[in-house]
Amino acid sequence: MIVNEQVAVDHGLKKDEYAKICKLLKRTPNITELGIFSAMWNEHCSYKSSRLHLKKLPTKGKKVIQGPGENAGVIDIEDNDAIVFKIESHNHPSFIEPYQGAATGVGGIMRDVFTMGARPIANLNSIHFGSPQHKKTKNLLRGVVHGIGGYGNCIGVPTIAGQTSFDSSYNGNILVNAMTLGLVKKDKIFYSKAAGLNKPVIYVGSKTGRDGIHGASMASASFDEKIEEKKPTVQVGDPFTEKLLLEACLELMAGDSIIAIQDMGAAGLTSSSIEMASKGNLGIEINLNKVPCREAKMTPYEIMLSESQERMLIVLENGKEEQAKKIFDKWNLDFAVIGKTTKSKKIELYFDEEKVADIPVNTLVENSPMYDRKWKKAKLPKKNKIKKEDIKHLKIIDVLKKILANPNICGKEWIWQQYDHTVMGDTIQKPGGDAGVVRVHGTDKAVAASVDSSAVYCWAHPLTGGKQVVCESFRNLISVGAKPIAITNCLNFGSPENETNMGEFVECVQGISEASDYLKFPVVSGNVSFYNQTKDQGIKPTPAIGGVGLIKDYKNMISMDFKEVDNLVLVIGKTEGHIDQSVFARTILDEKNGPPPEVNLFNEKNNGETLLKLIDNNLIKSAHDVSLGGIITAIAKMCIKGKKGININKPKYLINQIEYLFAEDQGRYIIEINKKDFKKVADILHKNAVHFDELGTINENELFINDKTKVTIDELSTSNKSWLTNYMSK
Amino acid sequence: MKSSVITFPGSNCDRDMDIALKKFGFKNKMVWHADAELPKSDLVVLPGGFSYGDYLRCGSMASKSKIMQSVINFANSGGMVMGICNGFQILVETGLVPGVLLRNKYLQFICKNVFVKINNKQNKYFKNVNNEVLEFHIAHNEGNYFCTQDQLKEIEDNDQIAINYCDENGKIEDQFNPNGSTKNIAGVFNKEKNVLGMMPHPERMIDKSLSGEDGSLFFKNLINNLK
Repeated sequence: MIVNEQVAVDHGLKKDEYAKICKLLKRTPNITELGIFSAMWNEHCSYKSSRLHLKKLPTKGKKVIQGPGENAGVIDIEDNDAIVFKIESHNHPSFIEPYQGAATGVGGIMRDVFTMGARPIANLNSIHFGSPQHKKTKNLLRGVVHGIGGYGNCIGVPTIAGQTSFDSSYNGNILVNAMTLGLVKKDKIFYSKAAGLNKPVIYVGSKTGRDGIHGASMASASFDEKIEEKKPTVQVGDPFTEKLLLEACLELMAGDSIIAIQDMGAAGLTSSSIEMASKGNLGIEINLNKVPCREAKMTPYEIMLSESQERMLIVLENGKEEQAKKIFDKWNLDFAVIGKTTKSKKIELYFDEEKVADIPVNTLVENSPMYDRKWKKAKLPKKNKIKKEDIKHLKIIDVLKKILANPNICGKEWIWQQYDHTVMGDTIQKPGGDAGVVRVHGTDKAVAASVDSSAVYCWAHPLTGGKQVVCESFRNLISVGAKPIAITNCLNFGSPENETNMGEFVECVQGISEASDYLKFPVVSGNVSFYNQTKDQGIKPTPAIGGVGLIKDYKNMISMDFKEVDNLVLVIGKTEGHIDQSVFARTILDEKNGPPPEVNLFNEKNNGETLLKLIDNNLIKSAHDVSLGGIITAIAKMCIKGKKGININKPKYLINQIEYLFAEDQGRYIIEINKKDFKKVADILHKNAVHFDELGTINENELFINDKTKVTIDELSTSNKSWLTNYMSK
Repeated sequence: MKSSVITFPGSNCDRDMDIALKKFGFKNKMVWHADAELPKSDLVVLPGGFSYGDYLRCGSMASKSKIMQSVINFANSGGMVMGICNGFQILVETGLVPGVLLRNKYLQFICKNVFVKINNKQNKYFKNVNNEVLEFHIAHNEGNYFCTQDQLKEIEDNDQIAINYCDENGKIEDQFNPNGSTKNIAGVFNKEKNVLGMMPHPERMIDKSLSGEDGSLFFKNLINNLK
């Protein structure tokens, strides 16, 4: 095939990018080379629209062992233990083929983690679907959940937490973000930087097929009506092979024969070999005839661009080939020496004894395009004034039941009971709480993880929304008694070529940076997914934040279920009555405008750290952060989980009862304490200048408000638990 | 007491089982599926997981593994063999216990706590367990126990039903059947009651910080019965 500008454009490259390639090579690339450039220079691999802004993220900290730039981030959890973690998107393939798209998303992120030498110990996910009424939603939800479960369950890694939302902005672009945590010894972490000359380059895992060719390019473009034609670009996963690959890699890693290792994810053999060479400042020579292929007559172009799953590339020490091969033979996996490291600083590919590609590595990496895209700053919307006549007819219990049954708030058992969340025998907090918690195997330590996003707030005001998501992650970890350590982010946005969408990206990143810097909650890994867009319609900006924290003694973990009758319940943090963009405003008043709740980073940090002090002093029986649906929703969930009731009395505030109960002000928690501890708790809160309200007392099984309005917890539980099951069984 | 846990390619509850057995006093050995000989054992466990990726049919390929001939011989000579979840699926494929395991009735993987009622205590697995009802944990996609009417009559006549899904009070009704199993069957014995296959995972219930502690009860009792 003759390469020209049109062929390049068909590969998703821009005309000026093609010109740049010709200039860098000082000639016209052949088709294999063009394929390689298109794979490396697309948005998904090159971060060309986002790089400039991602630099702003705080990535360093005392506990950070490895920040962004490797397969995953690594943090120190003491005693020579470290946690490797990352979140990644698999949005585009999941919309085209929900089961395989979601399954391979889970497979890909687990590979990123065990590539670094860590055994995966927990999976999480953040999934977002269109309106429940949209004709595709139900099948997409079913397919994605089956796919996530199908892969994670088979590998035997528990799925411990997640988040699911519905919003019509995802009608044409669902989001599937998968996160994995792995455990590794600090002195046994593996990296992707190749080193040394003439070292064997090894291919292990599944054979290469024609699936997923141009997957990364597909994920770098908007959808149009021809989307069904893109099905062949979706990879097909085989969790069984991944399980074998996991065990084989960990077995090989126990020795000292690996110099560098990299999984073949997006853009397959192309990006893995180039990244290893680039990081090691070396060249790589590969004989493509040696690559194990699943199908006959695969061309160099297809071999290099295939995104077949469950494959790894390893640079070994010389002379260790036989020993390594034995391990892969034992696990029935392909093992092939396909090339070697060279000093050429070029990627040189041979096929049928002919050189089929010869590209300087730096042209693909350092010289890849970087854009300072135009973006529009968002204005803070004006506050709405709630009119008395809009709310005076509302009955609080009816509103509460409606909110508890709201698709974004309702119980998600239908989803998480399809995930094995208890395998590995260390899950001490299951899905449905503020964060999932797993013990660090064989120790007293436990790791908490949560994944959060607030697209509505980000859409209303990206800067505030970006800050808010980080804060919410911080709060969720603290609510289970964990000290927050670091985050990973998955930045899901529309087209960067649209100034509004790009503005949302820039300002959300700014917000994330500010909050993560202030809270000392650095970003150690992440991924950007642009072009979540069908024709001109982009999704609401949806940065998802995966937070990780440490509990020093797992016996001190906190859960949100109310524990004991007669215990006192307090609200930590001040309620100002911010109703705009709340679930109450959007679903009960049908008011979609206005600013999101303000984020006060000082209060956020101070309130959270003070709560941790209370937990350290064993003063907290249960805790839950206040988020969607406000105080009353948080309280109701604690009642439902603990099968207890509560008598609450609104404190004498200037704001009215509706505002007090449904406002979504930030930085707040509900806590349960023993009556006899009240003075101690109040002292600590006063001393740290933390505002609190005395809300009420726990009872057997009813929710009373101001001694008048009441409802049984069973009734609330039914409202909360039935929506999703009913929806899926219709 | 010596135990052996067999690891097949795709087993993923082998480590959990190893930990549980050791916690309650077994000297456990992990045995690779391609080995020919079983180490000397008082109990052999086929653990849960997705042996051979559940391809072809759950448990079917694992049932043909090299080690399985030794396991079958061991069982036929009266040795204690327990298959949990995928291990149960492997056992039915070998024919050591009767019946088959179909896909769950609602076509979904289920992971949750369930209650089971002990049907037969005249065996080394459940003898001396004080409780009538145990809280166990299930995590499976193909646990829907099915057998022919003739087989059912036979296993009932021989008292081969080990445990049935029930509510916390031991009531065995359809609404407490998580997967559509015939007669709420959660576990069955061979005729001689030395081989037990069951879907629930007692090894996930051995610590009060986990899903519960009734698994501890089960293992403590088991090792005492074997002594």
